[in-house]
Amino acid sequence: MSASAESPSEPVAVTGWWSTLRSATGLLLALCLTYLGLLGATFFIGRVIPIDPALAVAGDRAPEHVLQRVRQELGLDQPLWTQFSQYVAQVLRGDLGSSILTSNPVLQDLLATFPATVELATAGIIVGVGLGVPLGVWAAIHHGRWPDHLARLLGLVGHSIPIFWLGLMGLLLFYAQLGWVSGPGRLDVSHEFSVPRMSGMLLLDTAWAGQWEAFRNAFSHLVLPAGLLGFYSMAYISRMTRSFMLNELSKEYILTARAKGLAESRVVWWHALRNAAVPLLTVVAMSYAALLEGSVLTETVFSWPGLGLYITNSLQNGDMNAVLGGTLLVGSVFIALNLLSDVLYRLLDPRTRAP
Amino acid sequence: MSPFYSPLNRRELLSMGIAWAGVGASDAWAATPKDTLVLAQALDDMITLDPAESFEISTGEIMGNTYDRLLRVDPSNPANLVGDLARSWSVSTEGRIFRFDLKPQLRFASGNPLDAEDVVFSLHRAVLLDKSPAFILAQLGLKKDSVRQRVLQTGPLSLSIEIDRDLAPSLVYNCLTANVASVVDRRLLLSKESNADLGHGWLRTHYAGSGPLKILQWRANELVALERNDNHHSSKAPLARVIVRHVKESTTQRLLLQKGDIDVARNLSPQDLDAVRTNPELKLASARRGELMYLAMNQRNPNLAKAEVREALKWLIDYDVIGQTLVRNIAEVHQTFLPAGVLGSSAQRPYRLDVAKARALLAQAGLSQGFKLTIDMRTVQPYQAITEALQQSLRQVGIALEVMPSDGKQALIRYRARQHDLYLGSWGMDYWDPHTNADAFARNLDNSDAAATKSLAWRNGWQVPEFSRRVEAAVMERDASRRTRLYQDLQGDFLRVSPFAILFQLVEVAAMRAHVEGLLIGPTSESTHLFNVRKR
Repeated sequence: MSASAESPSEPVAVTGWWSTLRSATGLLLALCLTYLGLLGATFFIGRVIPIDPALAVAGDRAPEHVLQRVRQELGLDQPLWTQFSQYVAQVLRGDLGSSILTSNPVLQDLLATFPATVELATAGIIVGVGLGVPLGVWAAIHHGRWPDHLARLLGLVGHSIPIFWLGLMGLLLFYAQLGWVSGPGRLDVSHEFSVPRMSGMLLLDTAWAGQWEAFRNAFSHLVLPAGLLGFYSMAYISRMTRSFMLNELSKEYILTARAKGLAESRVVWWHALRNAAVPLLTVVAMSYAALLEGSVLTETVFSWPGLGLYITNSLQNGDMNAVLGGTLLVGSVFIALNLLSDVLYRLLDPRTRAP
Repeated sequence: MSPFYSPLNRRELLSMGIAWAGVGASDAWAATPKDTLVLAQALDDMITLDPAESFEISTGEIMGNTYDRLLRVDPSNPANLVGDLARSWSVSTEGRIFRFDLKPQLRFASGNPLDAEDVVFSLHRAVLLDKSPAFILAQLGLKKDSVRQRVLQTGPLSLSIEIDRDLAPSLVYNCLTANVASVVDRRLLLSKESNADLGHGWLRTHYAGSGPLKILQWRANELVALERNDNHHSSKAPLARVIVRHVKESTTQRLLLQKGDIDVARNLSPQDLDAVRTNPELKLASARRGELMYLAMNQRNPNLAKAEVREALKWLIDYDVIGQTLVRNIAEVHQTFLPAGVLGSSAQRPYRLDVAKARALLAQAGLSQGFKLTIDMRTVQPYQAITEALQQSLRQVGIALEVMPSDGKQALIRYRARQHDLYLGSWGMDYWDPHTNADAFARNLDNSDAAATKSLAWRNGWQVPEFSRRVEAAVMERDASRRTRLYQDLQGDFLRVSPFAILFQLVEVAAMRAHVEGLLIGPTSESTHLFNVRKR
């Protein structure tokens, strides 16, 4: 706020200041409640499923007194509400606790697994948007004819074939049979220890270090899983693009543009797509967020040490610190992408801007 | 923690199809580095690197290669022991005091000297930390309040261990081969100590040993990197590095192996192992290991409590067919509670599928009309397939078997709480001595819910004072041949009356590229040796 805005002689500015503060406070409150609800739901669901985290730590063979002690150390002997409030207080101090499965602080685990997922998801969404949008537009232009049917068939395939199966098939064909891409994992063993881990995203790290051979290697490991995830988000994005475009193409301004004698490509790509892009943005943002959650099946098939596997494995062992930390991260990703798409929405659609 | 390959079950049929399709995959050879052995293994059970705490299968193997201990099981003859750090060892005439002399000029990987003080510190530490595997030492009388008096340094390179009751010397020696008795670097750990934790917090993710390989790095759910320890006392590992990559899927492991991106695959399914067998570029190494698969019958179920019903169930399992199909390549039929290879093991195999005999037994029990049972089953292979086979054969005598599928840990929780009727499970030996299994399967003196010891016999509500006494007598027998006989007799009687049908002994298999030599698979996880491997 500028100094003049605080001056009482300008009542309009004060109202603006107050309303900004009020909406900021409201937003903050909403955020806090969202996080609290997210944590609460995850925590209580995690405690209701019949899993004994002490068993994960101590093992099936541990004598009874060791199990009891581990339960005490983990605070499992406390009432659920106490456990939860202690956890929230700890998070507010900036401490996500330690994972019982990896012995590491949860934050450290998240910093190790999330970049792997970000790299995969980003490559995936680039493929998904890069193919999905043109495919959707193409289908909309040729509405009811074979390109449309083909696009819908691809969408159907992308929606119904299990990703696990397609992943293995992809490995079999492109890795084992044709040798076009590298296999499971993020890097060949020969590069594993020579790449300095800065961001944790190997394409960036190898490029930063100028290790172009390792860059190529990381890229060839990334192609298949990213292509696979891209194919699945393409299926959804192309379907939505098609329907948004059909909606736009039936509007009167398109008729006007065509009547004016504009080239059809300009009508489609400049006028119609620009308007369809506004709702499409939310679709893309949410697809991206879904990829950032991590895909357990893809990560399993490709031995990709990402967030999805980390959270799933933790949940199966009742490692609640890790699960809650992961949930907070995923929640933040969704919130951030939602906010981002709101902002972009305003930029793209003049009608949503305040007068 | 499944000892088996773990495909994502609901996709299992699909992946079996792929296993078949993959037979024709090309085997273009992409070499791993010449000085590095690369393995693919399911490492998701690893939760700690502290040998005083770790009790998991894959960690056990890493510890066996990176930590030395006083004695080791001889992998070529598992009934024998060889000195590791110990040059000589002896037991006093009354059998209570065990003395050890160390080899001279030992060093840790850190460069610190290794002497008797380190060994004594390590045993004290394992007992004082009192983590899961500490009971292996506690049963020798090494407990929190007494260990400092019972494990003593007697010279720069000598120490003594005093046990608190008469025990077979072989038990004492065998317990000292376990990972919990690994020798850790006292100076290094004390420098990392915080809150008097004896360095435990630090060691959970670091390394302080003297083994032939040292741990360079552990990235949870990603990899473990090991490196040759040039300070090791005897063997210099031929290869500079061993990298174990976490790969969960059997099919993924096989593709990596076929392409040469790994040298060794450790968790292949029976189908994938078939594919390896037909490939001239690949070969297998295997060993029967100290782990059994068994069917347990809860004695709290009044029908299962009848001796005739217990025996009838043992005649209703098609051991041979299951062995040749569902668990081929990864297990062998075995019906006694001591796995082959351990002292006192017995090859008795009286049971086979005999529906008529089972039907007669059930008629004797007054149950010829049949009855209902539930079975708790883990939704991984081969448990699912074996359960289905069992369901079919029980149906022939009118027993309706309802399957309670669940994630492994949930089934285990119900089993531990004695809520099951039948339970299909596996049991691995905690240390390489017959007492561990005798104690688990045949001893239960307190059958109450609040019992301090909850053995497998307890979990099935089987109270057996007479068997319990015989287990005690066998563990105290100092004469090895008499001890062997006691266990063999015990197993003969157990076989007939117990509520356990032992089905299979598991076989540890490693599939590898033909150029890998010297990989030794041992009967226990700590006796699988990676450090002698060469690549041609």
